[in-house]
Amino acid sequence: MIAATGPEAPVAVEQDLFTPLPFQVTAVRRETADTFTLRLRPPDGRPFSFRPGQFNMLYVFGVGEVAISISGVHPRTHDLEHTVRAVGYVTRALVRLHRGDMVGVRGPYGRGWPVEEARGRDVLIIAGGIGLAPLRPALRHLMVHRSNYERIVLLYGARTPRDLLYRLELERWRGRFDLHTFVTVDRGDEAWRGHIGVVTTLLPLAERLLDLRHAFVMMCGPEIMMRVAARELENRGVPPDQVFVSLERNMKCGVAMCGHCQLGPLFICQDGPVFPLSQVYTFMETREF
Amino acid sequence: MASLESAIPTPGQAWRMEKARLQELLDALNRQGYTVIGPRIREGAIVYDELQRLTDLPIGWTDEQEKGYYRLKRREDEAYFGFAVGPHSWKQFLHPPVFLLGRARRNGQGFEWIPPTDPPPRYAFLGVRACELHAIAILDRVFMGGPYVDPVYRARREAVFLIAVQCTVAGGTCFCASMGTGPKAPPGADLVLTELPDAFVVEIGTERGAAVMAGIPCAPATEADRAAVEARLEETARAMGRRLDTTDLPALLYRNLEHPRWEEVAQRCLTCGNCTMVCPTCFCFTVEDASDLSGTQAERVRRWDSCFTTAFTYTAGHPIRQSAKARYRQWLTHKLASWWDQFGTSGCVGCGRCITWCPVGIDLTEEVHAIRQTDGTIAGERR
Repeated sequence: MIAATGPEAPVAVEQDLFTPLPFQVTAVRRETADTFTLRLRPPDGRPFSFRPGQFNMLYVFGVGEVAISISGVHPRTHDLEHTVRAVGYVTRALVRLHRGDMVGVRGPYGRGWPVEEARGRDVLIIAGGIGLAPLRPALRHLMVHRSNYERIVLLYGARTPRDLLYRLELERWRGRFDLHTFVTVDRGDEAWRGHIGVVTTLLPLAERLLDLRHAFVMMCGPEIMMRVAARELENRGVPPDQVFVSLERNMKCGVAMCGHCQLGPLFICQDGPVFPLSQVYTFMETREF
Repeated sequence: MASLESAIPTPGQAWRMEKARLQELLDALNRQGYTVIGPRIREGAIVYDELQRLTDLPIGWTDEQEKGYYRLKRREDEAYFGFAVGPHSWKQFLHPPVFLLGRARRNGQGFEWIPPTDPPPRYAFLGVRACELHAIAILDRVFMGGPYVDPVYRARREAVFLIAVQCTVAGGTCFCASMGTGPKAPPGADLVLTELPDAFVVEIGTERGAAVMAGIPCAPATEADRAAVEARLEETARAMGRRLDTTDLPALLYRNLEHPRWEEVAQRCLTCGNCTMVCPTCFCFTVEDASDLSGTQAERVRRWDSCFTTAFTYTAGHPIRQSAKARYRQWLTHKLASWWDQFGTSGCVGCGRCITWCPVGIDLTEEVHAIRQTDGTIAGERR
C-alpha cells in the first residue's frame, strides 16, 4: 500500500530549482559549419565544479532552454565550455550570441563518465560527430591523471573532414606518446589523406593496442553509431557493464520531473546521461522507444 | 462517560455526523482561510471547483460511465456523493496546468530573473476518493521523493486539507479494487467520510482534522455505523465496472515491447492525449519561453504536456517516438511497468478516467488483457 507523504516529511527544498543563473559569454568559437563552442563565465567569478559527462540547462533570453553537455573548462580563465550544434530554435539562438551576452545556466545535472572506476584499466573512447563534446572533459581528466590508467585509445569519426571538432586539440592529442588517437571520416575530400569509413572500422586498430575484454569503453555519438559499436563490442566479448554510453533525449527540467527524457524506467537527466550499456542495451535496440 | 458536547475528537476516532452539518465543516474550513474545492456540475459533468454552499454539490445526481461515454443521471435518492470520478482530478490544483515560473527583464546585454512571488493557494479538497488519495501519494513521490523537490507542487501540497469520501458507488470504468487502491481510503487524509443513507461517518485522520471537527456537534459512531461502512465498501468493490489482472504486470509489458497489439491499438488511437490530461498521476510538463515584441520582457511558463505529442521527444532535430504505436506503448508501459522502477509504485490507480474520456473508447484493461492472452507474440509473426 502507498503511504501518503505527509507535509511533516523532511524534504530539502531547492527554491532556485527553475531559476537560471546569468553567465556571461566570453567567446563563441566556430568549430564546423553548424557547431560552435561557447565559453561562459559564472557570475562574480564563482567557481563552477562538475564531473566529466554532466550537462547544464542553457537559457537564451525569451527563446528557451536546452540541455547541453559540458565540453570543458578553459585552462587559463576556467570559463565553462559548451559545444552546441545549431539544429533547433534554442540552439540556433545560442550560436548567434556574442561575447558579452548573457546565458542563463542551471546545473550541473546528471551522472558522468566512470573515470574513477576505470582507474588501473585500459580505456577506449569512441566518439561520433558532436559526441566528442561530452567526452572531452573525460579525456582531459584521464590525461591529467595519466598515471592512473593503462593504455588510452581515442577513436573519433565524423561525416567529413570539415565536421571534425576541436581540430587543434585533436592534432595535439595525436602527437602524444601516451594516447593513441585514430580519426576517420565517412566521406573524405581532396585534401584528406586519413582513414575513411565509419568509426567502428577503427576497432581493429584499437584491438591491437589494448585488451578489449578488460578495457573500459566510453562512447558517445548518434544512437545508430552507438548501436552498431555496441554490437561490435559484444561480438568481441566486451562485457556490457564495462561499456558506457551517453544518451540524448529532449529535456525540459533536468531534474526528473518533466518526464520528457524517459527511456523505459530511466530518466536520462537523472540516471544518466551516462549509462553502462547493460542498463540500456535492450531499450536502445527497441525502435522508437 | 463524557457528554457528547465535551468529547474531543482525536485521530483514530469515528463520529456520526448529520448530513446537513457538512455545511458547518465548510464554514469552519473557510474561517481557517481554506478555499474549499469539491465536486459540482458544470457543462454536463461533475468537475472539481470552488464550493460555497453544500447545495453546490451534485446532490441527487450520479454518472453513467463506459468507454468513451459519460452521462449524468438523476438518482432516486438525495445522496451527496452518489457518483464516481469525473474528468477532473486534484492534480490540477497541486500541479497547475499552466504555471508562471518566472519573468526575465533585459538589462543591457544581460537579464534579470524575477521569480514568482504570489503566495500559494490554501485548498481544502472535499470528496477525495481512495484512488485519488493514492494518486496524490504517487505525485508526492514524483515531485517530492527524489533528490530534487519541486517548489511549486510542495507549496500547494503542504497547505492542502484533505477530506476523503469513500465510494459507495462504483463507476462503469472503475477498477480500483484490482489495483489495490480502493474503495477504502488509505491513510493520509485529514478526515475520511462515508455516506450512509441518513448520516456521514467521519473518521478523524489527523490532529488538524480533529481540530476542525471539534466545533461540530456529532455523536460517536456506533458499531452498527462502522459495520454499515464496511458493508458499503464491500458492495462498491463488488460492483467495479472493470477488472485488471495485475499479476507480474511490469514483466509482462517489458517482454512484449514488440507485441503486434501496439500496432493494432495505434490504428484506433488518435494520439489526442485526453488520457494523459484526465489521468490523476500523469505529471509530464513542458516549459515554454516567450518574450514581448520589443524583446525586453520574457516569461517562462510550465504547462502540462503529453507523451502522445510528437514534440514530446523532439531531440537533435527529430522526434524519437514518431508512430502512434510508439507513443501509446510509452504511455501504457510507463503507467503500468516503468513507473514501478522509477517510483516504487504503479502509475495507475484504477480510476478509469482514461477509459471514459478516450474519444474512441480505448480501454487499457482490454489492451493489457489482449497482450496477456497472446503473451510473447512478436509483430511480423503470424498469431
